[in-house]
Amino acid sequence: MRFIVPIKQVPETNAVRMDEETGTMVREGVESIINPLDLYAIEIAIRLREQHGGEVISISMGPANAEKAIREAIAMGCDSGVLITDKAFAGSDTWATSYVLAAAIRRIGDPGLIICGERATDGDTGQVGPGIASFLDLPLATYVGKVEHVDNDVCRVRRLIESGYEVLETDMPAVLTVVKEVADPRLPTLRGKQKARKVEVPAWGADDLDTDPNRLGLKGSPTRVVKIFRPQVTRQCRKVTAVDEESIGPAVDELVEFLRQRELI
Amino acid sequence: MEHRGVWIVGEQSEGRVQRISHELLTRGRELADKRETDLTAVVLGNDIDADDLQGLIDRGADRVLTMEAPELEHFLVEPYTACMMQLIERHRPEIIIAGATSTGRTLMPYLAIRADAGLTADCTVLDIEPETGNLLQTRPAIGGNILATIKTPEYRPQMATVRPRSTRPAEPQPGRGGEIDRQTAPKELLGSRVRRVDFVPDESEHGLAEADVVVSVGRGIKKGENVTVVEPLAESLDAALGASRDAVDRGWMSYPHQVGLSGQTVSPKLYVAVGVSGSIQHLAGMQTAETIVAINNDPEAQIFRVADFGIVGDLFEIVPAIAEKLREAAED
Repeated sequence: MRFIVPIKQVPETNAVRMDEETGTMVREGVESIINPLDLYAIEIAIRLREQHGGEVISISMGPANAEKAIREAIAMGCDSGVLITDKAFAGSDTWATSYVLAAAIRRIGDPGLIICGERATDGDTGQVGPGIASFLDLPLATYVGKVEHVDNDVCRVRRLIESGYEVLETDMPAVLTVVKEVADPRLPTLRGKQKARKVEVPAWGADDLDTDPNRLGLKGSPTRVVKIFRPQVTRQCRKVTAVDEESIGPAVDELVEFLRQRELI
Repeated sequence: MEHRGVWIVGEQSEGRVQRISHELLTRGRELADKRETDLTAVVLGNDIDADDLQGLIDRGADRVLTMEAPELEHFLVEPYTACMMQLIERHRPEIIIAGATSTGRTLMPYLAIRADAGLTADCTVLDIEPETGNLLQTRPAIGGNILATIKTPEYRPQMATVRPRSTRPAEPQPGRGGEIDRQTAPKELLGSRVRRVDFVPDESEHGLAEADVVVSVGRGIKKGENVTVVEPLAESLDAALGASRDAVDRGWMSYPHQVGLSGQTVSPKLYVAVGVSGSIQHLAGMQTAETIVAINNDPEAQIFRVADFGIVGDLFEIVPAIAEKLREAAED
């Protein structure tokens, strides 16, 4: 079975700094990593391949250096990868991103399961996985916390929702978006790293994909970012110290009074 | 035909309209008034409670549209998308907002592709740009470090999801008039390649995302057995239990309790962080809470940056003292 895992390269969020003047992100010197939630998608895809045979192909749309993310995915155990990169894709919103990734998956052909991380830690939209499913007209299961069964005809998963979990059965092929609970990602192996260094990662541009040039990048994106700004810090923390016996009582009283004033108790 | 009107996508469970629908009415009414247009509540389901549908009118909708069929009892993305598409093609709304729930965050992106519409996830502020009438959608990104305002200038409808609990539910105003249009969903729209074969409710009393109060534990509780330290506090506040990623990775709490970037986003009225240091990832999942209380022995902990009230000290002493005090207060 062919497992396709779309991944995204994101800035390491712990390292993100903000330019106080412009309110924009300082990307210089910030390390790029595979979106942490995509690691769960890669892991479950590799495990399913180990059980059922086949191949895992990771794909990533981004700038040329997103090739690094593909190689990391191969080091973890993916069989191959494709970088999808073109100036024409710059400025894509989730609609235009899903459009191009869907076109790339069509070109790869014959998907069994397409497995995505539930969302990326930078954009944080969670819209691209469902978007790919919609463009490819495939069934979709989101928030997957466990893959219970897969064969050529059907896939049974647990979908985590607010009140518990649903057991869903979907026809194949299908798109899954997975959450952390689905599998613990493994570390790259030495053999994987060696393979990742040597393997050829093809780069596909707009001309390699069957797409309408008017629907690519910023031009093809329905949404526009009007402005980016820093959240106003509106909270003033009333901080009391209660490090000894005598101060605990008054601190607790003050907190309870505070909660009462805010009508929280 | 021009696109006009504001829609909210309500949610139902076992035929009863859910709270998120009323929160969306608060948002939708404001937008419809600014746009000088009508507000429609759309609900898909089966045999939906008639009083609840009238309740949507009472709470601000000018019109209620339903599509009903046994196949729509539970959310399934394909028939829900097909029904929504038919309604959109028939009525051509200008704006559609839904909850950023597991349903909304699945339906809306699948639907936006079909509807050729712009979609913005997880908005915290929605407004109308006066000059153009465009919907202005503001949302946190990069783990809550920035806010971005987004619009959809040329494509219609304009679609957005908003976080549950980020607005108060609209209050009923009895005597409001409105049209309720209930339709049986046509068979040809009900096909689904996904089947819901079972449902297992969460063993804990209330789900994290829906809770008014959340008490979360972090690495500061030192070991899994110590979750019992916060239980009396959670009980007296009628709170759901949350956890930081650290606490979940160590196996002290299960994943459905995880708050933060790789877990759930919550916006309760009150969030109490116990021994949670406050990594960016955690803050991203809870900083929209109305009131935040933090208890931590490190006065420099990041969690105090977003807290309204903080106690610096030993949680093992302080938390039981708070629980005790609350119990006394409740008895008074």
